[in-house]
Order: sequence, then C-alpha cells, then structure tokens
Amino acid sequence: MFKKLYAWLDEHLGLNDLYKAVLDRPEPKGNWWNTLGSASLFLFVMQAITGIFLTVYYTPSPDHAYDSIQYIMNVVPYGWLIRGIHHWGATLMVLVVFIHMIRVFVTASYKYPRELTWMVGVGLLILTLGMGFTGYLLPWDQKAYWATTVGTSIAGTVPWVGPIIEKALRGGSELSALTLSRFFAAHIWMIPALLGGAIGVHLYLIIKHGESQFPEKQD
Amino acid sequence: MAGSEHLSRRDFVKWVTVSVGAFITAAVGLPALDYLIAPALTATSTDAWIPLGKLDSFTVGTPTLSTFTRSKVNGWEKTVNSYGVFVLRKSQTEVVAFSNVCTHLGCRVNWQANKNQYVCPCHDGHFNIDGRVVSGPPPRPLDTYATKIENGLLSIHFLES
Repeated sequence: MFKKLYAWLDEHLGLNDLYKAVLDRPEPKGNWWNTLGSASLFLFVMQAITGIFLTVYYTPSPDHAYDSIQYIMNVVPYGWLIRGIHHWGATLMVLVVFIHMIRVFVTASYKYPRELTWMVGVGLLILTLGMGFTGYLLPWDQKAYWATTVGTSIAGTVPWVGPIIEKALRGGSELSALTLSRFFAAHIWMIPALLGGAIGVHLYLIIKHGESQFPEKQD
Repeated sequence: MAGSEHLSRRDFVKWVTVSVGAFITAAVGLPALDYLIAPALTATSTDAWIPLGKLDSFTVGTPTLSTFTRSKVNGWEKTVNSYGVFVLRKSQTEVVAFSNVCTHLGCRVNWQANKNQYVCPCHDGHFNIDGRVVSGPPPRPLDTYATKIENGLLSIHFLES
C-alpha cells in the first residue's frame, strides 16, 4: 500500500533522482570539520522556528516590547525555553558560521570552481551578523538601546552618506518607536528572506560542485 | 522598410517590454524606497533657549549635571527625550555648558571628580574639565551649548537637526 503510494509520488516528483542528487551524491572521505555548514543550516532552521514562536507573544513597540518579553520569560509556559534557545542559538550561529568560514579558508576550499560559493557565503555571513544586530535591539532594555545607539553611530561615520544611512537605520535622528519597528521588520522579514534565498543558492552550488577533497599533508 | 533603420517586430516587442517593465519597476520601486527611508529625509530641527536655573545655584569650578527634557514627535509617537548638560561655572560671570553626549558614538559621559575628568562608560573616552579629549577614541572635544544669562538666570541655546 505504502510502496504503491511512494511509487506514485516518485513517478510524479522524481523523489529517487532527487535523493540521489542531493543526499546520496559522491563525496570525499568525511571529516568532522566538513559538518559546520550543515550545523549552520540547522541553526538557521532552529532560529527560524523559535523566532516564529516568539512573534506569537512579542510586541515591537517601545511601550510593550520589554514587558512582552518579561511575559514570555516568566508567565508563558516554556517561554524561557523558546527564548533561551533563540538567544543562545543566535550567538552559536555567529560562532559556527565564523568557524565554517575559517575551515573553508584553511582547507582552500574556496578555490576554483567554488569561488561563487565563497562569495555567496560572505553575503550569508554579513546577513547573519545583520540578524544579530537587528535582533539585539528587540528586548528594548538599556543594553539593547545603547548597543544600537553605538552601532548606528558607527554606520554614521561613513564619509558623505553616513548621516543619511544613520537616520535611515534609526528612522529619524534618534532611537524611537520607528527604530524598533523597522529593526523588527528587518529582523523577521527582510533579512530572513534574503538569507533564505542566499542559502538556496549556496546549497545549489555545493550540490553542483560537490565538496572539496580535504588537503593531504603534502598539499 | 529595408536597410539599417529597420526594426523587426520581434525587436520592437522586446524593446517595448523592457521599457514598460523598467517604467513600472521605477514607478513602484522609487516610492517604495522613499517609503523606507522617509524618516531620514524629513528635517526636524529645533531651536530653543532652555532655562537651566539661577546662575548662583551652580558652584564655581565644579561641573554640575543639569538635565532637561524635550518632547519630540517621532513618526506617530511622541517621545520625551532627556538631555544632560554639564554646567561649568569658571568664575562669577563666565560659564560653559557641555553636552554630555560622547563625541565618539553617542553614549553619555559622567563627571569623575577624583580624576577631574569626564569619562565615557562605553569605550573609555576621557575628557578634561574643559571638554578636551585626554585619552580614548573620541574624535573631538565635547560639544558646547551657547549660553546666556538674563536676570541671573542661565539659559542654553538648544539646536537639533
């Protein structure tokens, strides 16, 4: 019964071919350092799921942001767990993405034909840092407020266009409700959309070119 | 219509599609961009004289933090921002008013009497009693406000862009 159902689905979706191309592709001998990309992907999915759960209670307004997080932490059952995973997962993701980059650099995996994979990866790193930066403001506590004051001031030091960038990031000349709501929009819609698309390209390139051979001692 | 000026039907359709597409993209894209960065383009400048109190209430030689609030409309929200001014009365009549905003990245500096310096808690910027940079990353001295004294009352000129 299930075999028949699977055969029907396979005929229409090409599941076996997909499986062979994506998961059963030939690879060089495994190495634990080569699992960091998958670890980053796992963390991204985990952040997405916990983040979606957090939006159920979180309110991106100066009057309610802090209180809504206190509510998540102290009243909602397992709210502390969901936010805890999101909070520590964010730090871990930046760490894992960074170590992943160092691994690719050290094993020279960015060379032909994988230059484009590296370039997209640089974009992914910047977007990941952007997620960290925008997410840091959302608790709307003292640390968040001043970290964003400093961070947006740094953007303001760009020659010529700095002041415009700073005001565009803040949604005005200083931090306000507009800053919080635009950081929230960037954190849950804009950057994740770009991140998701870039991850798709990154994965396609990995499947297309396969993984690189781990260098030998004499290389 | 033979010759080099000839435009084939296929090229004409291609050209029209690209131009109409470009026009629609611009017609929707430019307003969308303006929508996103509008708060950066609207100028909200204020210009006011703020009274800080009787000049005689400030002791000579010691910077004293004086605070005031200004309400401001940011988008749909009216916020009350508080500002800090270090008033340094140099003599009976001479007075300087420093903004407590660090010129590095906008944190608020504190006066530390034992060091005789203003210290920024964020990146350890130090300013001397006259607001000049002693050490740390600040690129310029503390900003000052213009002051005036009328009937013994000290006011500062508050300008904001």
